[in-house]
Amino acid sequence: MKKSDNTLNGAEIFFECLKREKVEHIFGYPGGAVLKLYEHLHDVNFLQHILVRHEQGAVHAAEGYAKASGKTGVVLVTSGPGATNTVTGIADAYMDSVPVVIFTGQVPSHLIGNDAFQEADIVGITRPITKHSFLVRDVKELALTIRKAFYIASTGRPGPVLVDLPKDVIASKCEFVYPEDVEIRGYKPTYKGHTNQIKKVAEVIAAAKRPLLYVGGGVIMSGGSQELALFARENKLPVAMTLQGLGAFPGTDDLSLGMLGMHGTYWANRAVDNCDVLVSLGARFDDRVTGKVETFAKNAYKIHVDIDPTCIDKNVVVDLPVVGDVKHIIAEIASEMPNPPETGEWLEQINEWREECPLVYEDNDGRLRTEFVIEKIFQKTKGEAVVVTDVGQHQMWTAQYYKYNNPRSNLTSGGLGTMGFSIPAAIGASFAVKDRPIISISGDGGFQMNIQELITAAAYKVPVKFIIINNSFLGMVRQWQELFHAEKFSFTDLSASNPDFVKVGEAFGIESYSTDNPKEVDSLLDKAFSVNDRAILLEFKVVKADMVFPMVPSGGSISDMMVKRLNPKRMI
Amino acid sequence: MKHTISVLVENHFGAFDRVATMFSGKGFNIRSISIGETEIAEISRMTIVTEGDDQIIDQVVKQLNRLIDTIKVVDLADTYHVERELALISIGLHKGSMEQIKNICDIFRGSIVDITNKSMMIEVTGPPDKIDAAVNVLAPFGIKEMARSGIVALKRGEQLKIQKKENITT
Repeated sequence: MKKSDNTLNGAEIFFECLKREKVEHIFGYPGGAVLKLYEHLHDVNFLQHILVRHEQGAVHAAEGYAKASGKTGVVLVTSGPGATNTVTGIADAYMDSVPVVIFTGQVPSHLIGNDAFQEADIVGITRPITKHSFLVRDVKELALTIRKAFYIASTGRPGPVLVDLPKDVIASKCEFVYPEDVEIRGYKPTYKGHTNQIKKVAEVIAAAKRPLLYVGGGVIMSGGSQELALFARENKLPVAMTLQGLGAFPGTDDLSLGMLGMHGTYWANRAVDNCDVLVSLGARFDDRVTGKVETFAKNAYKIHVDIDPTCIDKNVVVDLPVVGDVKHIIAEIASEMPNPPETGEWLEQINEWREECPLVYEDNDGRLRTEFVIEKIFQKTKGEAVVVTDVGQHQMWTAQYYKYNNPRSNLTSGGLGTMGFSIPAAIGASFAVKDRPIISISGDGGFQMNIQELITAAAYKVPVKFIIINNSFLGMVRQWQELFHAEKFSFTDLSASNPDFVKVGEAFGIESYSTDNPKEVDSLLDKAFSVNDRAILLEFKVVKADMVFPMVPSGGSISDMMVKRLNPKRMI
Repeated sequence: MKHTISVLVENHFGAFDRVATMFSGKGFNIRSISIGETEIAEISRMTIVTEGDDQIIDQVVKQLNRLIDTIKVVDLADTYHVERELALISIGLHKGSMEQIKNICDIFRGSIVDITNKSMMIEVTGPPDKIDAAVNVLAPFGIKEMARSGIVALKRGEQLKIQKKENITT
């Protein structure tokens, strides 16, 4: 066999490629099929491997890392159960368009299909939840495949890409040639928007009486927050954001209407209902935003800017689509504006709605409430922290009460709604963000879904503030049970079966505190913010049966919006 | 409405699965699907017959385009194109039926590709409605087994020019 100087084995090629992709962190868990990779990893010094305690945690950590940094998150796990454990994380990344590359080990090529030990057809299993996937069948394809995987994951509308690595491919050798350029003829994302369409958008906005910007996570992903802020402020355009869009525009700005949709603010939803021009920027008309599509912004001329053509006309048929990179398109629309629209009256109207039905909660009975805790966190961090929420009531209250001032600081599982997201995602984010506090907020239900990652937090001394909002209920499900399911609180009451979270935290080596007293919130938060070299855990025991309002029932119209509890006797 | 969609895909492992997964995952219908080689070794052509209103077909085309392994997607519904399907039809023989079946076969310009004492097999090629007609006429004789290829289709005339223009080469 001819030996060239640059003959490497698959594992060496793997790390050479990661180095060239400038990967600095990798979240993983070793196992039989990837032993060769871990053998080499032992001596690799250009990246840090973070050992999680469950592969789902690895993917969420990579998501948190990617969302906070804008870089591609990287996961390395073994075959079979290691691979199948990543599935929820991959689905989550797919729904929220997070750039993640997942490397899974696979049984040796000759055993594929034999029901070999720890074999799973992970490429097949994840096909509907990945942007793309590869099974590497020859070590000669490895470098190009890794190059393509990072390229696909991070360009266009980002998403997870899975690379399945059979054990023999990793062990065999070939000459290493790094492909500098990557060309995929079936994959050419459109970045540049259509010039005439953009001109038309500017004209329509300039002539509008009641324009509204409906901003999604795409603006953050494209790095278009500055362009958006300039455009909105110069033209006095109100901005309503989706759950993923929060942070794209400063929440403390007068033009921010906060979140729209199911648990959006009253004034944002009224603005959607009454606007004459709706400009969707990097959002996808998700059902949690639109409710009943027939009545969503029913009188508005709808403009939709998105990099993914499949999002256009998918849920709501729009009048004027522009496909391309939203950052550049916002800048181009701004430069094409013939004049700012007359929005004075419209903004006054929105302010009237603001006063008509502000966000309020009961705060004079001496009992602790989630909204109070979130408001305190907001006051202490002035909207500058990275806040990683889980899924449920606390997530919606955080979206309402925490006014994110920066992009890439609101990390949450939106599309898939994955309980158990917050702990690992906050850990992942902590490897990307060093200059701002990182706060993980979970409910008592979700906190237990990836609770094993607390030891990862403790082991790496990540300065995450873990906050548990404990109402001893699966609160959002309870809310639906009260409102729509005959008050049958079926299997949502955890009050008799929750663990002692302070003892749990301490068992994992994390300093932990608990309170149900509103007067102690300040001092506990101050303590948490004074600790910056390790994790800390705070449990806030809040009232059991509060509900999140406003609420537009699933599939309902803005006119169905509930702004408060109709049956107060249910308050516990 | 029925649409015939022509899709050029990378002749890769898994490319077909991606298309099939997309259709089932999004709840789109497949009436027929056929896959085969093209003039370029690395590219296969899939001809998919699907149905739905304009919004659904628009989504089908966009979702197909979104797949990394698809190179080109054309909805043939609005274009002049040729559609062909092939059917193999095995018919049981009864006393005196052979001559009649042979006549029908001639009318449809089919050919007899297999014959035994008990059955004969006919091959019919043509537009799908011609196949339907042949099947209908042959049904009373007792169709024992049938295999239809699904539709293959190509745009007329300028099809070749378009390919040259876009320079789809190896």
